[in-house]
Amino acid sequence: MENQVILNSQQVELTINRLCHQLIENHGDFSDSILIGLQPRGINVVTRLKTHLEEILGKEIVCGNLDITFYRDDFRRREKPLIPSATNINFSIENKNIVLVDDVLFTGRTIRSGMEALLAFGRPKRVELLTMIDRRFRRHLPIQADYVGKTVDTMISERVSVEWKEIEGEDKVLLYTQEANG
Amino acid sequence: MDNLSVEHLIGIRDLTKADIELIFSTADSFKEVINRPIKKVPSLRDITIANLFFENSTRTKLSFELAEKRLSADVVNFSASGSSVSKGETLVDTVNNILSMKVDMVVMRHPNPGAAKFLSDRIGARVVNAGDGTHEHPTQALLDAFTIREKLGTLEGKKVVIVGDILHSRVALSNILCLQKLGAEVMVCGPTTLIPKHIDKLGVKVSHNLRHALEWCDVANMLRIQLERQDIKYFPSLREYSMLFGLNKEILDSLTKEIIVMHPGPINRGVEITSDVADSKQSLILQQVENGVAIRMAVIYLLAAKIERH
Repeated sequence: MENQVILNSQQVELTINRLCHQLIENHGDFSDSILIGLQPRGINVVTRLKTHLEEILGKEIVCGNLDITFYRDDFRRREKPLIPSATNINFSIENKNIVLVDDVLFTGRTIRSGMEALLAFGRPKRVELLTMIDRRFRRHLPIQADYVGKTVDTMISERVSVEWKEIEGEDKVLLYTQEANG
Repeated sequence: MDNLSVEHLIGIRDLTKADIELIFSTADSFKEVINRPIKKVPSLRDITIANLFFENSTRTKLSFELAEKRLSADVVNFSASGSSVSKGETLVDTVNNILSMKVDMVVMRHPNPGAAKFLSDRIGARVVNAGDGTHEHPTQALLDAFTIREKLGTLEGKKVVIVGDILHSRVALSNILCLQKLGAEVMVCGPTTLIPKHIDKLGVKVSHNLRHALEWCDVANMLRIQLERQDIKYFPSLREYSMLFGLNKEILDSLTKEIIVMHPGPINRGVEITSDVADSKQSLILQQVENGVAIRMAVIYLLAAKIERH
């Protein structure tokens, strides 16, 4: 696998900053809005957005984690059972504006499961989608993001990885390409 | 470790420690699910499960049925009374007839020890043992251990005493095996006639003195006297049993430390446990029932993951 940097750490910083301002344009002071990260990697995006938004707005932003394992449509179509991560939504989402957050939007199946999982907690007023990377033209379902960090054109065999300073040691987005032997 | 090592859940004997830990971590997630406003996930919507109860049950049957429905499986129920079993049909014939209706998993309770194993060797569906005679009742042992783990943080090094009719209890055998696999020490306590000979070969301590056993333990699991399985008299009277082996508030309060009290149900109030103890803060009886659904969801989910896609 060869890799290519799509966003470096400075660009990641700029992108997060821009996404925060776009969110504020639509959600004002976030008094009725909640960010919900999709497990496992969406929560890293939420953590970063939360820090920036709190700096800008000077108040606490309500955030949650949502695990979608039990809502996936590929149960028993994989070799191994799907092992869940933690869900942490200990507030009411009734009548709130929810922003679902994930790192990479690819086929849209995760987001479909995410919406179904989210609705088990109540009836939000509105649900939006934020993604760091949008792999366009690769959707299996009619799902589009409201806020996009960067749009990329990719092959199905390629893989996009969003990495974070706290976990991998550096903020960057990489595109892994299969070598041309097969 | 992200897959069970077994195809069926026949007994705790077949499970590894890693299997039990996988079931517990999955049950943690399901416990969160069943406390949501909508207590249902769509994971098993293409799975059909038959609950075959050849013996009476309230809690276990309801608990399995709820677990299955909360996983979105299709459920059919069968109980022996009012069925063709009374017309002389064999177990394998009964089950095969049900399986021809395209059932993927069978949850069975049966009065004969070994019935679940017998069935799993002969049919294509996954089998979950919901109690086979005096042999095993694996999901009960799992939910008991899960409840202790939730309360005390770990099973490692904890002392658990099982009090009562050990001889006729499938809960006792499954509990002993499960607790030991998780690193707990186990003692059994009861009248000599209700403790099987050679039970110490399983590595458990034996006591015939309730106070002595309670002073030793962190957790007391009180079992019911299974009068329906006793063909002869094993003790003079229920009143005498209750005086010697019944847990009451007086003895509980006189202990040097606070212990946890459990009971797999159904409770015979005033026999093995008095009402004030069963309803006390030290009692985890209702938590056991709540955790039962989460544990059964985890077991069914993990076994269903191993069913081949048609």
